Amino acid sequence: MSNNHDKHADDHGHHELGFWQKYIFSTDHKVIGIQYGITALVFLFFGFSLMMAMRWSIAHPGEPIPVFGFLIKLLLGSDNASAQFANNIMTGTLYNSFGAMHGTIMVFLAVVPLAFGAYGNYVTPLQVGAPDMAFPRLNMVSYHTYWPGGLIMLISFFVPGGAAKSGWTSYSPLASIADHGQGIWHIFNGQTLWLLGMVMLITSSLFGSVNLIVTIVQLRVKGLTWFRLPFFTWAQFITAFLLLLAFPPLESAGIMQLMDRLAGTSFFLPSGLYVGGQALEVSGGGSPLLWQHLFWFLAHPEVYVLILPAVGIVAEIIACNTRKPLWGYKSLVFAALFLGFISFSVWAHHMYLTGMGTKVSTFFQLTTVIISIPSVIILTALMISLWGGSIRFNSAMLFATAFLPMFGLGGLTGIPLAFNALDLYLHDTYYVIGHFHYVVAPGTIFALFAGIYHWYPKFSGRMMSEFLGKLHFWPSFVCMNLIFLPMFIQGMAGMHRRWYDGGASYELSQAFIPLFQPLIPVFNAFLEAFGKNPIEGIRAIDLNLVMSWGAWLLALAQVPFIINVLGAWIFGRKAGDNPWGCTTLEWATPTPPPHGNFLKEPVVYRGPYEYSVPGADKDFTPQDEPPKS
Amino acid sequence: MEIPYTVKNRPDTGVYNGKLGIWLFLASEVMLFGGLFAAYVFLRLGAPEGTWPNGLMNIWAGFGNSIILLLSSVFVTKTWASVKLNDFSGFKRNLAITMLLSTLFLGIKGYEYNEKFHHFGAFMKDPASPVGWSLQVTGHLLENPDKEDTQHLLLAADAYQPSDWASAPKPDNYHEIKENPALRFAHPGIEITGEEHHGEPVLKIAKDQIFRSSTFVPKYNSFFAIYFTMSGLHALHMIGGLVIFFYFWTFGSKMFHTNRAQFANRIEVTGLFWHFVDLIWFFLFPVMYLM
Repeated sequence: MSNNHDKHADDHGHHELGFWQKYIFSTDHKVIGIQYGITALVFLFFGFSLMMAMRWSIAHPGEPIPVFGFLIKLLLGSDNASAQFANNIMTGTLYNSFGAMHGTIMVFLAVVPLAFGAYGNYVTPLQVGAPDMAFPRLNMVSYHTYWPGGLIMLISFFVPGGAAKSGWTSYSPLASIADHGQGIWHIFNGQTLWLLGMVMLITSSLFGSVNLIVTIVQLRVKGLTWFRLPFFTWAQFITAFLLLLAFPPLESAGIMQLMDRLAGTSFFLPSGLYVGGQALEVSGGGSPLLWQHLFWFLAHPEVYVLILPAVGIVAEIIACNTRKPLWGYKSLVFAALFLGFISFSVWAHHMYLTGMGTKVSTFFQLTTVIISIPSVIILTALMISLWGGSIRFNSAMLFATAFLPMFGLGGLTGIPLAFNALDLYLHDTYYVIGHFHYVVAPGTIFALFAGIYHWYPKFSGRMMSEFLGKLHFWPSFVCMNLIFLPMFIQGMAGMHRRWYDGGASYELSQAFIPLFQPLIPVFNAFLEAFGKNPIEGIRAIDLNLVMSWGAWLLALAQVPFIINVLGAWIFGRKAGDNPWGCTTLEWATPTPPPHGNFLKEPVVYRGPYEYSVPGADKDFTPQDEPPKS
Repeated sequence: MEIPYTVKNRPDTGVYNGKLGIWLFLASEVMLFGGLFAAYVFLRLGAPEGTWPNGLMNIWAGFGNSIILLLSSVFVTKTWASVKLNDFSGFKRNLAITMLLSTLFLGIKGYEYNEKFHHFGAFMKDPASPVGWSLQVTGHLLENPDKEDTQHLLLAADAYQPSDWASAPKPDNYHEIKENPALRFAHPGIEITGEEHHGEPVLKIAKDQIFRSSTFVPKYNSFFAIYFTMSGLHALHMIGGLVIFFYFWTFGSKMFHTNRAQFANRIEVTGLFWHFVDLIWFFLFPVMYLM
């Protein structure tokens, strides 16, 4: 191997890779991982910005957006601005558009590419000791079909009528008949571009998942048996299978919706559909439920695509920073396998409201309750891993620890939604928004931040600032809860999730929330002490202000992070090969790892989490350290 | 840097990278076509009884195409065997036959498509019907000799006379319409002219009495929607395979002499893909043509 390495170095002495091959059209999994990471972070910020604009409309309906209004107008272009954004006031249509694109961008362009594209690409081949992914060129193609998919989504903001507005779920028949323009805009409109963008993203994830599975199965180094794989690699492996098998049905649904829109078919259009008082001239006979089934067949496993890599990252960081083996490593693996398997049979719990029948609902109610078992096993194992540890709370560990209760809150609030009868009430309220945002935002995104703090020294060879890390963590942690906790209260009070004015024109949202009524005398005592007028109660709509300010402050809380990531690249302290004292193979490479990763092919002698082994000379024993004697 | 197991099998898994990769890819393809077959089931079960069209397909064309694809699968295997046996001219010949057969398949498919695009059907308005129409007339569009008359269509009978299927939203009078042509044409918009075409009367249809009309394209009805979508996607897969075959036959064949083991793997992997495309057709044929 070392001979090979020298030969390799010689080869490149003759023709040094140019800028384009080295940084843009690279086949190196590490460069591709970083490309994915940077693109996904940009989309994460963009998707978040859309939401901040929406939260203005919710908290201050009918008022012009200050400062940023002109920026949005500038971005939307004159045509759309005049139609949808007159006087910087957000219309319902624009709100719908932003809402649909916020969901799409966050799920398909930000979190999955970051969790799977960036971490999967960068870390997994290192953890299995591979020189690169199994198909390096396919890996490059995967990235170069991902970003055009995102570009198509961005372009769709600028076509007449604006971006897709039928929700990230793109439900037909609405989505089949929305947005048709004249002439060329019959094809280039928000919804059609959304579908084309999705087809690109699905293709990209197909390439990525095939590549990752083959890498893990085929390129594991000598001695790295299945139960010596780090849990992160297991999580990526299962995620790859979910992407591989769950995404294609959505692709087929996307093709059919494209046919509905462009070829005039009626896959999702029932007979007797009236639009604007006129019978729609289509063949009819289609099934709107078919779209929902195919969509949720992807979109439920997609939840585990969002969550599993995050759990993997958290497991690595917890084991490393508690300096203890992961508690119940095997049960974690089996729980994750079972979770992946059964995630394919819970999708219709998103459809209790559709009237698909009680027998079907009962089945999906059962499977949904069952799937909470492996989730609880995973969370419990991670929590017990903390037990009795002498925990090193660096920035990565702070985010990883915060992940546990936040993800737990998201998971537990999901259990009532599993039950048909309760779901009928809660389904289209803010409760559901609160539930899945707890899973994804303070859950997954915290884990992704944790991963950045943990692996940044490996990516860049530099240490990030711990001070700025903590300045990032604490305000983020507070703001996340300010945004999402009131959602449960609003939801239970009956607040609908799609009101663009935040409920200003609905009586329901003006009623006092009973939960707060016992506290009102206490509030009033405080108010009186400061000479203010007493209040009668707190209305659901009042919480909008708290949540919106939470969102805008959350944006501010990201400033230290951005400074940290950019600044540490130049000013950061030089990192050694293994600054955190970890055991897994990615820390056995030089920092940053060269093309080809390992100086010599590693051999694995032990399991992934041998921390504080009694009798060992240091508190961690790397996987590639040969046994003594 | 070299990626291990690109040519040789990994001992403990028993496959090389490409083979595992293609099997995973095919698994995802199964799910892709599975979604479409699910759509077929939904549409067919959801159609009112007696309205799912039957007998619109050219069974012999479909059957011939099945045989052609079966043969092409045989020849793609022979191609792989020729590479393994170090027989370059055999490889060239067998691959050429494979490509020829698949081109033939696409040609026949094109003919079938073209046939469909030349049949016409109109759904006649009916204000009493909840869907806005109640009678369907299909046939062959004739050129109207009276150039001044832009208000009427002339429709001649052909093989696609509504023999098995006629009026979708009224399953109760379906058989009646089928047996009784007079009833079939009893719509204010339809006139029976004196002329005949292949022994059946030529119909004159008032355009303003038509709810919607088109040739037999995907938008005509749900059957054609799913048929064109699925067979079109299948044809796209075949074209993809053809492009790859053509590459191996021309520029890519250099590898036969430089790295035959890896070249054989490439042919094997493409062959697996090709067998899968055939397999899809063997589901499509009975479902679309016979059932």
